[in-house]
Amino acid sequence: MKLTEKHQEYWRRNLSLTAGLLAIWFVTTFVVSWFARELNEITLIGPLGFYMGAQGSLIIYVLIIWFYARHMNRLDKEYGVQEGEDD
Amino acid sequence: MSSYGQTLFNANLRRYYSFYTGGFIAFVVFVGILEMFGVPNKILGYIFLFATILLYAGIGFMSKTADVSEYYVAGRRVPAVFNGMATGSDWMSAASFIGMAGTLYLNGYDGLAFIMGWTGGYVLVALLLAPYLRKFGQFTIPDFLGARYGGHAPRLIGVFAAVLVSFVYVVAQIYGVGLIASRFTGLEFAVGVFVGLAGILVCSFLGGMKAVTWTQVAQYIILIVAYMIPVVWLSLLHTGTPIPQITAYTTVLPKVTALEQEFNDKASPKGAAEESVRAIFRERAAAADDRLMGLDTGGAAFLAAEKKKLDDKATELKMSATYEPKAIEAADKLVRDFPTDPAKAREQWSKDKAGASARAANVKAHAEAFAGKDETARDIAKRNFLALVFCLMVGTAALPHILMRFYTTPSVREARRSVFWSLFFIFLLYFTAPALAILVKFEIYGNLVGSSFAALPAWVSNWAAVDKTLMSIADINRDGIVQLAEIVIGGDLIVLATPEIAGLPYVISGLVAAGGLAAALSTADGLLLTIANALSHDVYYKIIDPNAPTTRRLVVSKALLLVVAVIAAYVTSLKPGDILFLVGAAFSLAGSAFFPALVLGVFWKRANQLGAILGMTLGLGVCMYYMYQTYPFFGINAAPWWDINPIAAGIFGIPAGLFGVIFGTLISPAPGQEVQDLVDHVRYPNLKDDLTTKTA
Repeated sequence: MKLTEKHQEYWRRNLSLTAGLLAIWFVTTFVVSWFARELNEITLIGPLGFYMGAQGSLIIYVLIIWFYARHMNRLDKEYGVQEGEDD
Repeated sequence: MSSYGQTLFNANLRRYYSFYTGGFIAFVVFVGILEMFGVPNKILGYIFLFATILLYAGIGFMSKTADVSEYYVAGRRVPAVFNGMATGSDWMSAASFIGMAGTLYLNGYDGLAFIMGWTGGYVLVALLLAPYLRKFGQFTIPDFLGARYGGHAPRLIGVFAAVLVSFVYVVAQIYGVGLIASRFTGLEFAVGVFVGLAGILVCSFLGGMKAVTWTQVAQYIILIVAYMIPVVWLSLLHTGTPIPQITAYTTVLPKVTALEQEFNDKASPKGAAEESVRAIFRERAAAADDRLMGLDTGGAAFLAAEKKKLDDKATELKMSATYEPKAIEAADKLVRDFPTDPAKAREQWSKDKAGASARAANVKAHAEAFAGKDETARDIAKRNFLALVFCLMVGTAALPHILMRFYTTPSVREARRSVFWSLFFIFLLYFTAPALAILVKFEIYGNLVGSSFAALPAWVSNWAAVDKTLMSIADINRDGIVQLAEIVIGGDLIVLATPEIAGLPYVISGLVAAGGLAAALSTADGLLLTIANALSHDVYYKIIDPNAPTTRRLVVSKALLLVVAVIAAYVTSLKPGDILFLVGAAFSLAGSAFFPALVLGVFWKRANQLGAILGMTLGLGVCMYYMYQTYPFFGINAAPWWDINPIAAGIFGIPAGLFGVIFGTLISPAPGQEVQDLVDHVRYPNLKDDLTTKTA
């Protein structure tokens, strides 16, 4: 089995999407928590550092996964690697 | 299956579960009516316990199967939304349902490590594993390791790690089942364990993954309804708005913060009252400290002298003209409980000192991150918080019973959607828990504190009567008014007592207990099945007897299920140490053992057998070694590395595993063409002229 140039490109796009979303995940989780004390000085919906840990980061995680699923399912079709008719 | 068949199946599922939800609500209303007619609470508890277990057993019975694919992966036809609900209840254990809000109540910000860790891990599942495992499409996680890296060794190490991790975790679940069953029905703990176990077994025994899946969907519906009703009601009560997830932060948290400041301000009336209690605890801590120092210098002689003082005091009271039975009883109790030898005395007095010092301390601000007395202490708290979040996340993306669920969807596309639905359904509970903690805190700080000991709310005395570790309250400074420093609350109380705190009828308490039971049972189901499948499929079928006929494979699997369940229940009935530690340990262990080998198996074609073997053993080894060295249970108490707590041992184990895979791979030849083809196979949802791994 030989992968075509198109297949390679599909995988590269998948990798860059994955890397980008992981970067958002990393910042949301570790960078924001690192500065939790400082962020608590700001009040948006409650102290910001606390709010991000309790709710904000969770919302971002849900959105990351939603975006990934939607984007990849479209990418499959664009590159002709989608599965059969089952849905 | 044809797409028409699957569409019809999906439509039927939606109809069944709509009926089911309606039926369940009708059932709760019916029990509520029974309560109005004066049926005693204990009977209501029994009704909830047995009705729900019968229900799960019924679903298990209806889903019985003799088909291998249905038994192991529910026939791979579970639609994304339903797999999401099943994963949700598979995931949310007794610790999530009962314990988490309590942890947040007690620890404030620092408890959020669990909230973030146990949700953010799904990002890793979605991006790095779920779609690829689904495309691979076998039955277990060791299956993937075996096929990707070749030979029996990676598979066997995988089986060992899967069994270890799942067993540690399942013991904690069965413990939760026993606890809830005994508290709400008055059954004995051990009896409660076996009643719950019966419910688990009927379900998984008859129908394997198929039965477990449909039961878990039913359990999710119960647990989410049970969690939401009391919180929404509490929010409505305090803020007039039924959306606790917003009002807790905008309206209630500022009030809690204001109360915290008042308690810590000695000039305010409430602060002065708190201070008078704290002064007493400071004296007690000092007294315990004096005794400890006396023990250091005087030894056994000092102990005898102290005991004599108490004896004299008791005698004096008995001889005195004014007869005070209560004081005499208290003095006698002190004599009775006096430690018998210096070692016991040291242990008890150290505990007294620590307990009194803790209660003499100021109130910690709920929203304050990484609280500590100085910069160093805050730094250590921050480091441990981040390390724990990391371990919980990576561990989430490596727990076999969760990853296995993504084998059950009809396609890669559905697997990706399914992770979204999983996290969405988990999110509903997780983003409510911190709000619940704040609302309960306000209730206690605002209403219970400052009320009179003569008129305590009913729930306080009820729970204090049930279990002193959950609720203990005493008028330390004898002013007749409740101060915060006079209350000790156990974390597990928060969720279970919320209905009573909110003034809801007992039927809602029963519902919450049923929700906790559903959470524990559903997780136990998934875990037991994982263990039994790893042993029957990976060890028996793949290694011992690859020619075994289908019927024998299923018989072996079911027999193992029974054996594992009984062993797990037996271990649970011994009530082993710290349950919370066990759960936390499972995440570090799973992350260290599986995560590097699984992820690099997909993303790095070069990764090979030696790398996998080295990575998994090194990761698991480092993680276990660190826990063994530092966790007090093992009695070694070596100095921790960089002040990291043993629960976050994965922070060392996971990089060690990663290093092991890379190092082992680079010192040995690249894997052959068929492995490269397998990697391409899992990377693309559909390739022309591709090899096939779909076998029944």
